Amino acid sequence: MTDPDLFVIDQSRCIGCQACVQACGECGTHRGRSMIHLDEIDAGPTGSRQTAPTVCMHCTDPTCAEVCPADAIKQNEDGVVQSALEPRCIACSNCVNACPFGVPKMMTEIDLMMKCDMCLDRTSVGGKPMCASVCPSDALWYGTPDEFAARRTGRLGDAFVFGNQRVTTKVRVVIDDPPGPIDVLSGRLAPRAWLDDPFGLEEAG
Amino acid sequence: MARPPVDAAVLAERFGPHANDAPVDGWASTVPVDREVATHCCFCGQQCGIVLKVANDRVVGFEPRYDFPFNEGKLCPKGVKRYLQDNHPDRLLRPLVRTSDGFSPTSWDDALGRTVGELRRIQAEHGPDAVAVYGGASLTTEKAYLLGKLARLALGTRHIDYNGRLCMVSAGSGYKKAFGIDRAPNPWSDIPEAEVVFVIGANIAECAPITTGYIWRARDRGARLIVADPRVTPIARTADIFLGLRPGTDSALLSAMLHHVIARGLVDDAFVAAHTEGFDAAVEAVEDQTPQWAAGITGVPAGRIEEAAEVWGGAATGMLLHARGLEHQSKGVVNVSSAINLALACGRIGRPGCGVNMITGQGNGQGGREHGQKCDQLPGGRQLGDPDDRAAVAAVWGVDPDDLPAPGYSAYEILEAIERGEIRGLFSICFNPLISLPDTARTRAAFDKLEHLTVVDFFLSETAHHADVVLAGSLHEEDEGVVATAEGRVVKINAAVPPPGDARRDTEIIIEVGRRLGAERHFAFADNRAVFEELRRASAGGVVDYGGITWERLEAGDGVFWPCPSVDHPGTPRLFEDLAFHTPSGRARFVPTPWRPPAEETDRDFPTWFTTGRVVSQYLSGEQTRRIGPLVDQYPEPLCEVHPRFAEVLGVTDGDVVRVTSRRGSIDLPARVTSTIRPDTVFVPYHWGGRQAANQLTNPVLDPESKIPEFKVCAVRVERVGPGAGTTDDRDVAVTLGPTRTRPDQEGPRS
Repeated sequence: MTDPDLFVIDQSRCIGCQACVQACGECGTHRGRSMIHLDEIDAGPTGSRQTAPTVCMHCTDPTCAEVCPADAIKQNEDGVVQSALEPRCIACSNCVNACPFGVPKMMTEIDLMMKCDMCLDRTSVGGKPMCASVCPSDALWYGTPDEFAARRTGRLGDAFVFGNQRVTTKVRVVIDDPPGPIDVLSGRLAPRAWLDDPFGLEEAG
Repeated sequence: MARPPVDAAVLAERFGPHANDAPVDGWASTVPVDREVATHCCFCGQQCGIVLKVANDRVVGFEPRYDFPFNEGKLCPKGVKRYLQDNHPDRLLRPLVRTSDGFSPTSWDDALGRTVGELRRIQAEHGPDAVAVYGGASLTTEKAYLLGKLARLALGTRHIDYNGRLCMVSAGSGYKKAFGIDRAPNPWSDIPEAEVVFVIGANIAECAPITTGYIWRARDRGARLIVADPRVTPIARTADIFLGLRPGTDSALLSAMLHHVIARGLVDDAFVAAHTEGFDAAVEAVEDQTPQWAAGITGVPAGRIEEAAEVWGGAATGMLLHARGLEHQSKGVVNVSSAINLALACGRIGRPGCGVNMITGQGNGQGGREHGQKCDQLPGGRQLGDPDDRAAVAAVWGVDPDDLPAPGYSAYEILEAIERGEIRGLFSICFNPLISLPDTARTRAAFDKLEHLTVVDFFLSETAHHADVVLAGSLHEEDEGVVATAEGRVVKINAAVPPPGDARRDTEIIIEVGRRLGAERHFAFADNRAVFEELRRASAGGVVDYGGITWERLEAGDGVFWPCPSVDHPGTPRLFEDLAFHTPSGRARFVPTPWRPPAEETDRDFPTWFTTGRVVSQYLSGEQTRRIGPLVDQYPEPLCEVHPRFAEVLGVTDGDVVRVTSRRGSIDLPARVTSTIRPDTVFVPYHWGGRQAANQLTNPVLDPESKIPEFKVCAVRVERVGPGAGTTDDRDVAVTLGPTRTRPDQEGPRS
C-alpha cells in the first residue's frame, strides 16, 4: 500500500488571492458556502498584509467531536473529521468555541455547524480537495509524500501546543523551526529585516 | 454623434453591471452535467487550463484541469468563478440599435446593414481612412487575424489597432530591438531552474497568480528573489531583496545595476564579445548612472541597489521577469531595454534558467499581437511597411501588394484623430476605451464626436453606451480558435456552448461584415478552422511562424510553442538556444538607456506620485468580472492606497474618503492606509468606470517608440473629503449594485 496523501499548509506562501475561498464554495458537499478562513494575520496600516488560510486540521483526537453534546461530529477511519451531521447538530456552538484552530462555522440561518471535510466527495474517490487543487502558490497543497519530497523543502509539523493543550493533526504545516511541537502562543515571527522598513525610510533619514 | 442616448444610470439599470451570484440552476442543483469541456481560462495571458461543466448547453461550473502542464489544476479566483459570466442577466441576446430613449433590439440584417451602410457612407464622404477599427488582445488569434484582414481588404483603411497598445507594446518593441522577435524567450519551466529570480514592475500574485508557484519552486531549490516595485506586493513580502522604487524610475534602477555589475567585473565578457553588439554604447550610457545617483532618483538606498546587482550578476543562472509596471511608461521601451541589457551583460539568455521575460497580461496578449491587428503589422509578425512582407501576405490573400494600405495610427492616436474629426467612424470589438484609455474625460468627448460607432460585445460595456449599433457577440467559451499564452505556447480554445439567444460568434460577425462590405472572396471561410488554415499559410516564413501548427496537434497535446515552421517541427519552447538572434547580424543588440524622467513630475501643486494597477479579483476594464458576484465581493470598489506617514499628514484614517486630483481630473474614493505603498505615492486600481475610473487622472502622453500611454506615473494632489460611507458605494450609480451586498456564505466573526 502506498503512503496516504498529505494535506500540507505553508502559511508563509499565502498571497491572499482567495482562490481557495472561492474554490471551497464549489465543493460538492457544501456548494455555495466556503469553509475556508482567510485571515489577515499582519493587518492594519503598519502591517505587511500577510494573509493565512485555515482549513480543518483534522485532529487525531478532535476537540470539536469531544465537546459535542449531540455526537454530531464523526471521524472517518482515515482520520478525516466530518462536518456536523444535519439530523444531530443542535447548533449549540460548543465546537465553534472549543476548536483550537477556530475552524467550525455556525451557520445560524440553517442552525447547523459546517466545516471543512477535506472535500470528501473528491478525496474519497481519489481526487484532490478543491482549495489545494487551485492554490496558485502551493500554500495549500495535496499530494503524496514522494511528491512533496521531490518538489518541496521544509519540515512537516503535525503537533501543536496551545498552552496546556497538545494536539496532533492529519493536516501538516511546513515549518522551518527546530524539531518539536509548534508552540502556538510563543509567537515565532522572524520577519526579514527589510520588511521592517521596506522603503528605506530609516536608512534615508 | 455617438453620445449615450440616456443617462448612464438608466442604462445601468437595464444592462448592468449586475452581479451574478450563483450558478444558473442554483447551488443545490441536481441537473446532471452532460459534458465537460477542456479549454482555458479567459482571464489573463497565463491561459490556465480549465474544464467547464455543461448542462443543457449551459456552463454550470468548473473542474480543475490537472493534466495541463502549465497550471496543473491551479487557478486564481477569477478562474474559479469565471463560469458565472455565463447565463448572466446582463447578457446581450440580440443586436441593438440606439434610440432616443435607450437601445432597442433589432434584426441582424438591420443591424449589420446600418453598420456597413454608415461606415461606407463615411468613407465615401471623407475617404477610406475616415474609418478605424479597434480590436483586442482577449480575442482568439483567428479573430485578430480576421480583423486585420477586415481593415486592410474590406474597409481599405490604414487605421486598425488594439488594446494591446495599452498593455505591453513597449516590451514588444524592446524585444524586437534587442532580439528581432516579440516573444518571451523562455518557457515558465525555466523559472525554477534559476539561481536568482528578479521581478520588476510585476504584481505577480495578483496579475499572473499562477506564476507564483514557479517562483516558489525556484525558492525550494534555493533561488534568491529580488523584487522591485513601488508597493510591497504579496510576492515581495518573501523577497530577499526589495527595491521599493519611485514610480517612473525603473530605467535608473536597472541602469545603475548594470553600472555596478560592470564595476564589479560581473560581465560575461565571452558572451558579450561573441554574441552581442552595441555593448560599448550601453556602457557609456550608464557611466554616470551610479547606484548613488540612482538612489536619489529612485528613492532606493544605494546599498540595496548594489546588493541586488551583485546577487544578480554573481549567480550562474537568473530569470528577470517584468510586466506593466516597467512597460506602462512614456519611456517603456527604454525601461525594457535596460532590463534586457542587464540580462545580456550577464549572458542570461538561451539557456535553462536564464532569460529576460515579459509577463504578457491579456488573455491572448501574445497571439493577439502576432497576426495583423496592430497598426503596422501583417500576419506572421510581418511589417506593413516592408515591401517583401507586403508581397508575401498579398500573395496569400490574392491581392496586389499595392492594394494594401500603409501603416496607420496606434490606439491612442486613433482617439486623437477622432478628436480632430479626421476619423469619424469606428468598428470596435473587445476593447473598452471608456475605462482603459488614459484621461477618461478626453476619451468620452472624443467618442461623443463619432458619426458612427459599432461595438461588438456580449455585455453593454461603458464604451457600448456610445454605440449606434451593438452587435451581440460571443464569450470565450462560445467560440473556437487558438491563443498564444505568455510563454509563446499556442493552445486551443474549445467552445463549450453556443451563444445564447440570437447572439452570434464573433468570427461569424466579422466574416459577415467583411462580406457585406463587398469582400466576399476574402471572407469565404467555411468555419474557424478554415480561418486558422489561412492564418498558418499567411504566417509561414515570417518571424511568427505558425506554418507547422495545426488544430489537430494542439488538440492532441499541450500546445505548440512558435516558431514552428513545419508539421514535423517540435516547436520552440526556449528561444535562442543556438544564440542566433533574429537581427541582421545574428547578434543580440544592447540599446543605450540614457535617463529620462517621467513626462509629468511632482511639483508644488501636484506633490504626490500616482500609479495604477490591478487587483486579483478583477480583469482589465471589469466588463466581465464586475458582473461576477463573488469577485465583486472580494474587492467591491476602488480604494486609494496611502502610506501611514502620508495619511498622518493628510489627517486621514483608514476608510476616509480622499480626493485625488491630477491636471486631467479627480476621483473621490476611500483611503486604504497601508505601509505597503511608498509614502510619496498613492495607488488606485483601474477596473471601474464613470466617476470611479482611475484613468480620469492618468496622463495620455505616449512612449515615442511604442505609443504606449504612461498609465503608471503622473503627479496628483491628495486631500481628505470626509469620513467613509461604509462599504456601499453610492457615488456612481453606473456601478451601484443595489443595497449593501452580503456574501451568500458570509459569517460572523470567528470566536
